[in-house]
Amino acid sequence: MLADMMNTLIQGIMLGGLYGLFAAGLSLMFGVMRIVNLAHGDFIVMAAYMALVAVTALGLHPLLTLFIVVPLMAGFGYFGQRLALNRVVGTGLLAPLMVTFGLSIIIQNLLLELFSADSRRLPLPGLDTASIPLPGGISIGVVPLMMFAVAVAVLAGLGWFFRHTMTGRLLRAVSDDPEIVGLMGADRRHLYAIATGLAAAVVGIAGVLMAVKTNFDPLSGPTRLLFAFEAVIIGGMGSLWGTLLGGVILGLAQAIGARIDPGIQILAGHVAFLAILAIRPQGILGRGEAP
Amino acid sequence: MSLKAKDPRAGMVRGPRVASLVLLGVLLLLALGPWWASRGTMRLLVEFFYMLTLAQLWNLLAGYAGLISVGQQAFVGLGGYFLFALVILAGVPVLVAMPLAALATALLALPSAKLLFRMRGAYFAVGSWVVAEVFRLAAAQIGALGGGSGISLPAKFVKAISASRWLRESTIYWIALAIMAAVLIGMWLLLRSGYGLALAAVRDDEEAARASGVQVERIRFRVFVGVALVTGLIGALIFLHKLRITPEAGFSVTDWTVIVMFIAVIGGIGTLEGPILGAIAYFLLREQLADLGNWFFVILGLATIAIMLFEPRGLWGLVQRWRAITFFHTSRRL
Amino acid sequence: MKGPVLRIEDVDAFYGDFQALFGVSLEIAPGEAFALIGANGAGKTTLLRAICGLVDARGQSISLAGRPIGGCAPHEIARLGVAMSPEGRRLFPSLTVAENILVGGHKSRPGPWNRREIEALFPVLAEKADVPASRLSGGQQQMVAIGRALMRNPALLLLDEVSLGLAPSIINEIYEVLPRIQAQGTAILLVEQDIARAMSATARFACLQEGRISLAGQSGAYSRAEIAAAYFGQEVA
Repeated sequence: MLADMMNTLIQGIMLGGLYGLFAAGLSLMFGVMRIVNLAHGDFIVMAAYMALVAVTALGLHPLLTLFIVVPLMAGFGYFGQRLALNRVVGTGLLAPLMVTFGLSIIIQNLLLELFSADSRRLPLPGLDTASIPLPGGISIGVVPLMMFAVAVAVLAGLGWFFRHTMTGRLLRAVSDDPEIVGLMGADRRHLYAIATGLAAAVVGIAGVLMAVKTNFDPLSGPTRLLFAFEAVIIGGMGSLWGTLLGGVILGLAQAIGARIDPGIQILAGHVAFLAILAIRPQGILGRGEAP
Repeated sequence: MSLKAKDPRAGMVRGPRVASLVLLGVLLLLALGPWWASRGTMRLLVEFFYMLTLAQLWNLLAGYAGLISVGQQAFVGLGGYFLFALVILAGVPVLVAMPLAALATALLALPSAKLLFRMRGAYFAVGSWVVAEVFRLAAAQIGALGGGSGISLPAKFVKAISASRWLRESTIYWIALAIMAAVLIGMWLLLRSGYGLALAAVRDDEEAARASGVQVERIRFRVFVGVALVTGLIGALIFLHKLRITPEAGFSVTDWTVIVMFIAVIGGIGTLEGPILGAIAYFLLREQLADLGNWFFVILGLATIAIMLFEPRGLWGLVQRWRAITFFHTSRRL
Repeated sequence: MKGPVLRIEDVDAFYGDFQALFGVSLEIAPGEAFALIGANGAGKTTLLRAICGLVDARGQSISLAGRPIGGCAPHEIARLGVAMSPEGRRLFPSLTVAENILVGGHKSRPGPWNRREIEALFPVLAEKADVPASRLSGGQQQMVAIGRALMRNPALLLLDEVSLGLAPSIINEIYEVLPRIQAQGTAILLVEQDIARAMSATARFACLQEGRISLAGQSGAYSRAEIAAAYFGQEVA
C-alpha cells in the first residue's frame, strides 16, 4: 500500500523532469524576448516526429536521433526567429501571439498531412519496462529516471551557459535593455535568434524524450504547451530551477490524479495549477509580482 | 479658379449616414430571410451570424480592452451544456433556457476572471486556454450529459418551440440575427460612449489610464464577464442549432477560437468594419477551399502570419490604404 | 593615427517629424578631450546617440578615423571603436558588476584596457565584483558604466552627463581618471552641465543651443558672459 503510494510519487517526480524540460524552452524565449511561443508544444511534437522519421528511415536507435533532431531544431529556431519572429519582437502583445499561433496551426496540419492522425510512440527495446528495484517494494523505471537525469543536466547546462559565457551574459543583458546591448558590439537580432535556437534545441531534446515515453499525435502540441506553461507558473517565473520544481509538482498532481482515475490525470494537473494561481500567483520560487 | 484645399474629412462625414442606411437595409433584407432563402442558405446564414458575433466579441476583448483570450471556447461550451442540462434534465422550455444558460455561463465567468486576472498579457492568454480545458474535461466527466461521447437534444424539446418546422427554423434564424444585430449596435454605442473612451485609454496605455482615474481592473473585468454572458448565449444558440453537443465540439479550440481569431484579425481588429470583412472573406475561402482539408488550415495559418507581418490592420486596413473611408468611426490606431 | 578621430559635417537629426539637430559640424583629434555643453533639450544627448547609431543618421556625414559610420547599426559602430557611458548609466540590472564590465568587452578592439586594468582604475569595482549592478550607489554605478565602455578599447569614448546626481568628491574621482584614459590614446567627447568642470577637463568645446552650434573653440578662451549668451541664445551684452 505504502509502496504503491511511493511508486506513484516517484513516477510523478520523474515525469516532472520532462515537464521541467518542456517549460525551460518556453521560459527561455519569454525571458529574453517577452514572447510566449504558442507553437511551443507543436515544436516538441515536431521534434518527436523528426525522431520517428530518423528511426524509420535510417534505422537509428531512438536516443541517437538526438544528434540529428537537436541541430535541426536549433537551425529551425534560429532561422525562424531571424526571418519571421524578429519582425514582431517588441511590437506589443497581439503580433507575436498571432504569428506563433498561426505557426502552431500550420505545424499541426502539416503533420496531419504527412503522418495521419494515428497515435505513435518510439519503443526502446529492452529499456521500456526495465526498472531499478529499491528496498520496500519500490522501484524506479529506467526510462523515467534517465529522463529526469537529462532534464537536470540540461537545466544545469543552461544555468552554466547563462552565467559563464559571453553569449549567455549578453542574452541576459538583451532582456534587460535591448537598446544598450548594441553598444556592447552585439547584434540583437542575432541574439534573439540564438535564444530561439537554444530554446528549440532544448525542445528537440524534450521531443525525443517524449516520443520514447508517451504516445503522441499531430494534435498533441497544445496540451504540451499548457503543461510547459503550468510548470513555469507553478514554479515561478525568472527561475530555471523553479521550472523544474514546477514540473515536478505538476507531474505529482497528474500522477496522483491518474491513480484516482486515469481519465482525470490531466484535469488534476490543471486543477493544481489553478490552485497555485489562486494561493500564490507568483509561483513557489517566484520573486516579486505575478506574471 | 480657386485654390481651396479639399477638406480631408469630406468623404468621411458622409460615411456614418450612408453606413447606417446600408446596415438597416441589409438587416431588413436578412430579417425577411425565411421568405426568400432556402433552408440550406438559412443554415449558412445562421452560421455566418454567430461566427461574426463571436468575432466581434473577441475583437471587443482584444482590440479594445487589450485582453487577448485564447479560451473563449469555454463560454461557448458552457452555454451549450447549460442549455442541454436545463432542457433535458430540468425540463425548461428551450427559449427560456437560452438566456438562463447565458446567465449561468456568466456566473462561472466570475471566478474564472478572478483567477485569470492574476496574469497579464500572454500569460493571461494561455491561462484562459487552461480554464477552457478544465471546463471541457469536467464536462466529459458528467455522465448525465453523455460524458465523453456527448448527448443529443431529443426532438420533442425542439418541437415544443412550434409545430411548424418553418416557424421553428425561422425562430432560430431570427434569434441569431437579433443577437448579431444587438451586438453590433451595442458595440457601436458602447465604443462611442464614455465607457468606450475609457476602454481605448486602457488598451493604449494602462499606466496613463490608471493615472487619469480610469478603473482599469474593473472595466476589464466587466467587459470580460459581459462578453462571457453573450458568448454563453451564442453557445446555447449554436448547439440548439446543431441539436447535439460533445465536450470536443462544445469546447473546440479550432471552431471557437482559431477561426474566430482568424476572422477578427484578418478582417482587422480594432475596428467594427474589420470583422465583417473578415467573416465574408472566411466564408468565401471556405466555400472555395473546403476540399483541401488540412491544407485549408495551413493556408489560414499562413494568411494570419502574413497579415501580422505586413498589414496588421487586416483587410480593412488594406481597404483604407486604397481609399481612406470609415463607416463607423470607432476605430483605434494600431 | 593621422587626421581627426571623429568628423561630423552638417548633421541633422530627427525624432519622427521633430528636428533635433540642425547642420552640426565638429572635429575631434585623436586623444583629445572635447566638451559639449548646452541647456536641457539642446540636443547634446541626441548628438551622442547619433554618433553611436542609436538615432537614425542615414545619409549623414559622420566618420570615425576617416571611415563613414552614418547609418551604420550600433553594434557595427561599437565594434569599430566607439563606446559610450549613456545618460542615466543604463547598467544591466540582472548582471553583476563584473558581468556588466565583461559584457562591454564583447567583440572589442585589442588594447591596454581589460578587467584588471579597469579594476586598478576604480578599485571599488573589484570589491563589488559579484554584487548585482543595481545595488550600487550612483557614483559606483557611474564607474561601472565607464569601465564597461573602456573595455572596448575605444578610439572615441562618449561620456553623457557622468556627474548627474553625484557628490562633488565622487565627481572629482571620476574626472581625475580622464587624463589616464587619454594617455592611452582614447579621445573623449563629454557632455557636462557644469561648465567650469567641462572647460577645465577639456582642450576644446562646442555649445549647442536648440539643435545648433552657437559657440565653439578653445576651452577657457571665452568669458562667462559669452558662454552664457551662447548657452541661452541671447545676444552678448
